[in-house]
Amino acid sequence: MTDTTDEIETDESAEIEEPAPPPGVPITVNGEVFYAAPGRNLIDACEDAGVYVPRFCYHPRMTPVGMCRMCLIEVDTGRGPALTPSCMLTVSDGMVVETETEAVKKAQDGVLELLLINHPLDCPVCDKGGECPLQDQTMSYGPGESRFVEEKRHFEKPIPISDTVYLDRERCILCDRCTRFAAEVAGDPLIHFMGRGNQTEVNTFPDDPFSSYFSGNTVQICPVGALTAKPYRFKARPWDLSEVASTYPNAMGDRITIQSSRNEVLRYLGVDSDAVNWGWLTDRDRFSFEATMSEQRLTAPLMRGDGLGNVDDGGDELVATTWAVALQRLVTALEDADNNAGPESVAVLGGAQLTNEGQYAWARFAKGVIGTDSIDAQMGDGLPADIVASMPRTTISQACAKGGTIVLLSGDPKEELGSLYLRLRHAVVHDGATLIELTPNETGLTKHAAHSVRVRPGEVASVAAALVTGTGGDELAAASAAITGADSVSVICGRTSLADNASLTVDAINTFASLDTVRFLPALRRSNVHGAIDLGLTPGMLPGRTSLDAARAAFTAAWGSVPAKAGRDTAGILADAAAGKIAVLFLLGADPLADFPDPELAKAALDGAGLVISIDPFVNESAAYGADIVMPAAAFGEVDGSHTNLEGRITPLRQKVTPPGTARPDWMIAAELAMRLGKDMGFASVADITNEIAAVSPMHANADAAAIDAASDGVLVSGGPAWTDQGAPTPAPAYDRYSFRLVVDRTMYDGGTQTTMCPSIAELSKPGAVRISSTEASKLGVRDGAIVRISSQRASVEGPVVIDDRVASGIAAVAHNHVGLDIRSLIDMNELVTDVRIETV
Amino acid sequence: MPRLSESNLRIAHEIISRYPRAKSALIPLLHLSQEQDGYVADDAMKHLAELLDLTPAEVLGTCSFYEMFKREPVGDYRINICHGIACHLLGADDLIHHAEESLGVRQGTVTGDGISIEGVECIAACTEAPCLQVNYRYMNKVDNAGFDALVDGIRDGSVSVPKHGTLALTRQSISEDKAAGNSMVESNDPPAWWPEPAAAEGGN
Repeated sequence: MTDTTDEIETDESAEIEEPAPPPGVPITVNGEVFYAAPGRNLIDACEDAGVYVPRFCYHPRMTPVGMCRMCLIEVDTGRGPALTPSCMLTVSDGMVVETETEAVKKAQDGVLELLLINHPLDCPVCDKGGECPLQDQTMSYGPGESRFVEEKRHFEKPIPISDTVYLDRERCILCDRCTRFAAEVAGDPLIHFMGRGNQTEVNTFPDDPFSSYFSGNTVQICPVGALTAKPYRFKARPWDLSEVASTYPNAMGDRITIQSSRNEVLRYLGVDSDAVNWGWLTDRDRFSFEATMSEQRLTAPLMRGDGLGNVDDGGDELVATTWAVALQRLVTALEDADNNAGPESVAVLGGAQLTNEGQYAWARFAKGVIGTDSIDAQMGDGLPADIVASMPRTTISQACAKGGTIVLLSGDPKEELGSLYLRLRHAVVHDGATLIELTPNETGLTKHAAHSVRVRPGEVASVAAALVTGTGGDELAAASAAITGADSVSVICGRTSLADNASLTVDAINTFASLDTVRFLPALRRSNVHGAIDLGLTPGMLPGRTSLDAARAAFTAAWGSVPAKAGRDTAGILADAAAGKIAVLFLLGADPLADFPDPELAKAALDGAGLVISIDPFVNESAAYGADIVMPAAAFGEVDGSHTNLEGRITPLRQKVTPPGTARPDWMIAAELAMRLGKDMGFASVADITNEIAAVSPMHANADAAAIDAASDGVLVSGGPAWTDQGAPTPAPAYDRYSFRLVVDRTMYDGGTQTTMCPSIAELSKPGAVRISSTEASKLGVRDGAIVRISSQRASVEGPVVIDDRVASGIAAVAHNHVGLDIRSLIDMNELVTDVRIETV
Repeated sequence: MPRLSESNLRIAHEIISRYPRAKSALIPLLHLSQEQDGYVADDAMKHLAELLDLTPAEVLGTCSFYEMFKREPVGDYRINICHGIACHLLGADDLIHHAEESLGVRQGTVTGDGISIEGVECIAACTEAPCLQVNYRYMNKVDNAGFDALVDGIRDGSVSVPKHGTLALTRQSISEDKAAGNSMVESNDPPAWWPEPAAAEGGN
């Protein structure tokens, strides 16, 4: 390095650091000059300048409507000051804005007096009291008393507008926030203004409730107590609540605050994170604290025992015991397994629900302490971990950029990843993004897709190839041009159906990866599955999206040892267990009986494994059937840590309440077991683990505990091996027109713990049925609700038919994990696709 | 028959085809539905929602905004008595009172033989006050005796006013050369009635 170079570098940096002219145009707010981008909404520009303008109807994530008139301020654009609603005006050069003049105060006073004419003063019994914008702004800007002596308008109060939301029309100030949310954001305009003038009210159509997956958001954005959520009504006063910012453990990593009172979680509220969820949550997630607070939570370890509650290995019952007894039994079994069949006879299933720290602790415990690589967080329903780790990623905001191009190659985001659906919908409907949909059936986004290609299961790779190479004929020409002509394409990829092999999706991903313009967003659904993949909770990989062989040296140094050879995935582990080769099987929040695509194999595995340990907040189906030890795990809201979302964004997850009984965080169980095995991992706190991850995994180097805490939108980690070509796609078996090709998809409200343990949501889960189009139904001669026999090569089951024209012809769709119809026995996981016959019974 | 009948469905599709966006046909279709049944039934609103790719709530939102869309069955003969300022000054209140007394029903309700009365805002015939409408046909300078005669006429069939809920005999039609064309507002093409650039500059 020569002096000259140094000088040049210094000069350049000096030039860059010269004060640039402030961006935007000058506006004067209350006498002070600020710079704001022309076109920016004035109410936002004022807030940027530190001047808050009171408002009710304006919401930064929705189109302004100027309904409430609360944001009237005096604006002079050269023709003298005039009272103008600031939410309906955009910044222009030289604007002079006054927000505190007598005229403004009089206007605010008048608006509030008018709003309060019909608003009941029932604040003492109103849930919103204490956090009510109307109450707060009346105190700050209002008249203090009313001149109105006439009768206020009356409505029946409150009325349920959906299963979870109540509406009190007397309190409503007609700000249009909930109705705009329903129409603009959620795309479910099931609530609307009815009537006119003084009679205007928000309501649903009679007998057509506001059954949106996102209805709870309207409660959060209601500026008065008109909309209240059933799970929170009359539970607490806002001043009794304490809160902590956290991350909801779904694959999107929605930012939330957890609010609790007296060690009871009472509410989750969405936090507006620009990078992630924009403040929105699905009802399933919003109300899921009821599951955490459920009385069915496990409070003490359970072991097999007799009817009298005595621990006894041969017993049929699960009886309560102590941690000491349960851990000792487990440690003995682990030592025996190590001595007899070697560490490979220990396997771990699950772990996707854990925090990053829990996952790392378990990955290190399994791979570094025990020495087994057979550990898999995915239940055979996702994508291969090495594919996810090596696909070039995009972020949600890049994918949803204005005028972008999005390819949907996953299940219905509306059903699986609600807040991603809202972001995608916004991008397509409001920001001019082009959506190309390659799904077997219609999705929640079909209405907005520029090109909807109905792809029969098994044919996705060939359709992808036709799109990429432009050989799809006239039918695909437009979609093909949209993809190949775009500067950047974001592919949302996941499993569209459990009934077809993951290799088909991988083939399609591989085809898209051949374009330089393509980046991926893996739409795997299972909570922190992306953390699990990044932290090595998957066979053949180590923390940092790296393979066992590539990082062997580094991790041998850090951990002492790593497994000699790659282990098996979930299907392999279950097959081994069924063959009696697994001595100790951990179920880390996993429920293979309910979730694994082959329940027969799962059952045989639970029967064949030596000792089965379920570590879960609840006694799940698998634990009840075949666990020898059940250890109570702390659930979301009871643990500290961090979370990785589908972009690779790491955000903090915080403890708000204490776990019930003696339930422990998962990482603590791994640490305790390691210590009892004489190989202490040295973890004394969650931060220890976070910092160890940052130290051992190069891609997590900038994600230590302090950095995660400090970053408002989390720390985005990236890295992993370069994409390798996966070779030519496997040709799909031909479709014969006498059969239906089976699609097993997912719904928002399935039979999972999160739904069934949540009283407000549980009833929304519909019974299972096979969905076929009306044309197919008339060909078969079956009516809606008729019972049919569905048979594949393997088995046959009976269940009801639901006629659904969103299902393409030639396809039979069944939602996974619904009471009444378990289709999984029909699926042969070794086949590429599943063809079924449907007969009337 | 609250859903649109087959022949009305054909008319509905023709109306929808006039607009770039199906949603724009909502008000004409609400009229059509009211012509068919005399009022807009819940099932009719659901049917319109299906036709226009809206939710029933959106249809009800629009329908309930307009006073003249009735959502409950009404009589075959709807008498709208104006109580705007001119009619009010010339005795509309007395007339309404007389109407209620003589028919034996309150405003907004129907007699057994299908006559309903309603006080309405100004119907723009102030020179003829007090005035009223029978199924939107004007009757001018009505006094109590005139009202009784009208009711008698309706009952014995001598007043020839079509029953409420009768399909319109004539429908709006726009000749080809005057039609603005069925193009999206967003498209950059100038509307059909826009003068040709050459013609506009021809004067210079």
